Amino acid sequence: MTTAQAPSPQPPAAAAAFDIEKVRSDFPILRQLIRRKPLAYLDNAATTQKPQVVIDALSRYYSEENANIHRGVHFLSQQATFAYERARARVRLFLNAADNREIIFVRGTTEAINLVAQTYGRAQIAAGDEIVISHLEHHSNIVPWQQLCREKGAHLRVIPIDDSGALQMDEYEKLLNDRTRLVAVAHASNSLGTINPVAQICQLAHARDIPVLVDGAQGAPHMPVDVRALDCDFYAFSGHKLFGPTGIGVLYGRQAILEEMPPYESGGSMIQKVSFEETTYADLPTRFEAGTPHIAGAIALEKAIDYITALGPARIAAYEDELLAYATQQLMAIPGLRLIGTAPEKVAVLSFVLDQVHPHDIGTILDAEGVAVRAGHHCAQPVMAHFGIPASVRASLAFYNDRADIDALVAALHQVTEVFAA
Amino acid sequence: MTELRELYQQVILDHNKNPRNFGKLDNANRAQEGFNPLCGDHLHVYLIMQGDTIEDIRFEGSGCAISKASASLMTSLLKGQTMAQAEALFGQFQELVTADTNAEIDLAPLGKLAVFAGVREFPMRVKCATLAWHTLKAAMDEDATPVSTE
Repeated sequence: MTTAQAPSPQPPAAAAAFDIEKVRSDFPILRQLIRRKPLAYLDNAATTQKPQVVIDALSRYYSEENANIHRGVHFLSQQATFAYERARARVRLFLNAADNREIIFVRGTTEAINLVAQTYGRAQIAAGDEIVISHLEHHSNIVPWQQLCREKGAHLRVIPIDDSGALQMDEYEKLLNDRTRLVAVAHASNSLGTINPVAQICQLAHARDIPVLVDGAQGAPHMPVDVRALDCDFYAFSGHKLFGPTGIGVLYGRQAILEEMPPYESGGSMIQKVSFEETTYADLPTRFEAGTPHIAGAIALEKAIDYITALGPARIAAYEDELLAYATQQLMAIPGLRLIGTAPEKVAVLSFVLDQVHPHDIGTILDAEGVAVRAGHHCAQPVMAHFGIPASVRASLAFYNDRADIDALVAALHQVTEVFAA
Repeated sequence: MTELRELYQQVILDHNKNPRNFGKLDNANRAQEGFNPLCGDHLHVYLIMQGDTIEDIRFEGSGCAISKASASLMTSLLKGQTMAQAEALFGQFQELVTADTNAEIDLAPLGKLAVFAGVREFPMRVKCATLAWHTLKAAMDEDATPVSTE
């Protein structure tokens, strides 16, 4: 089996300016009118749109390549197996993991975190132990640990945030102790955009031999990820937030830890030998992939990764930073608008509230103008509670957004003010 | 913009800004909590029931304009009404906000609640409009668990 080729080095940023019109033309959904207005899609932290190459890969798989993997002797099965494993190798390169066996395909970040909680967590966490998470976490990186703690009589410890929405690292250091068994933190906050100092978090935890899980759902879409440079033990992300299909995601796990973990779901594929008396489990990574996986999803995810690699994660980050700065400046100029989350290091997420107008009403009025945002608690109720608000409006950007999208958002917010001033 | 003006009518905006019967009812003999986990709307409905009659009704909480105005209008219409009358009005109100957008509706029995006719153009907002009513119903039925619209 061959592994995917390493991506060719990017030309210098100056030599290849970010061609936003070309990029936008790769995403067919952006050509639509919504409520007779051009679509300004600013809900990318919820899910991203798909480039044509991803849509084509799904369609081609089902029209020309579909077969089950790892078992058929026939041509299509061999081809599908090859393509699925090539996708795994592509993910390994994307994350700079050391070995293909460290890449487990799952349904998404939620399943990845649950997998670690159910296997590693159940085997390693005992009564009196502590798990450290942060105040910024999405519910999917809170609830599995809370349940595990309840089951085992362990304790959840929470890294506090400051008023900008950044983690209080000095408090984090104080939380680590001899009972800490795991640290689980987001690479970037879905509700505020804060980028957490993950490498430093890992370094401090590893000084005490504590493994670290990174929820990369909002990290991987916005910045280059190198699991060996971060030195994390687990890294999880969702395909659909990375311009790929829904229902496919990735759990990276350091091989030495994965080897020791009991299986997750059991059934077909994950076995080596089965009798009614005993079963021996398959090697990594198949041990954690029971049943027929989302083959088409993995193959299309490879295309999504190819697509963003060709654009260049560093160039994407630079473009988004510039757009975030523009959007921040434009929003701050709106009277009565309060930005929630002003950490110095942020991915392109703008969470805000308006005086006297509930986020849900703002969301409806924005929608009537073709501007798609999220209004609510963003599955991060503790964050909302910290800032004393029941909900916020969140505009989350991707590299296919442009200044026209931001201008549409600002114009629609003026409509909100107009409607509610009446 | 037309549909928006239809949704955010003057009466709704006014009740949102200055909600009627807002605040706790200390001597309530029925109370219920309701929330919409999706958007964070959260309210309490308090009742003083005299036999079958709603002698007094108040609400408090936070939410969007639609949910707050709906609670405010509901409380101002139901004082002195019987439980059966309240339930009948709830039924008509629910029909109004969930009706097909082309359907002819008889607005006469709805009185002031007719201002919510625009909600049917916005299916995502039906839960906002009906939260207070569901909470009222649970209070009248003396349900033990808070109302959640999920």
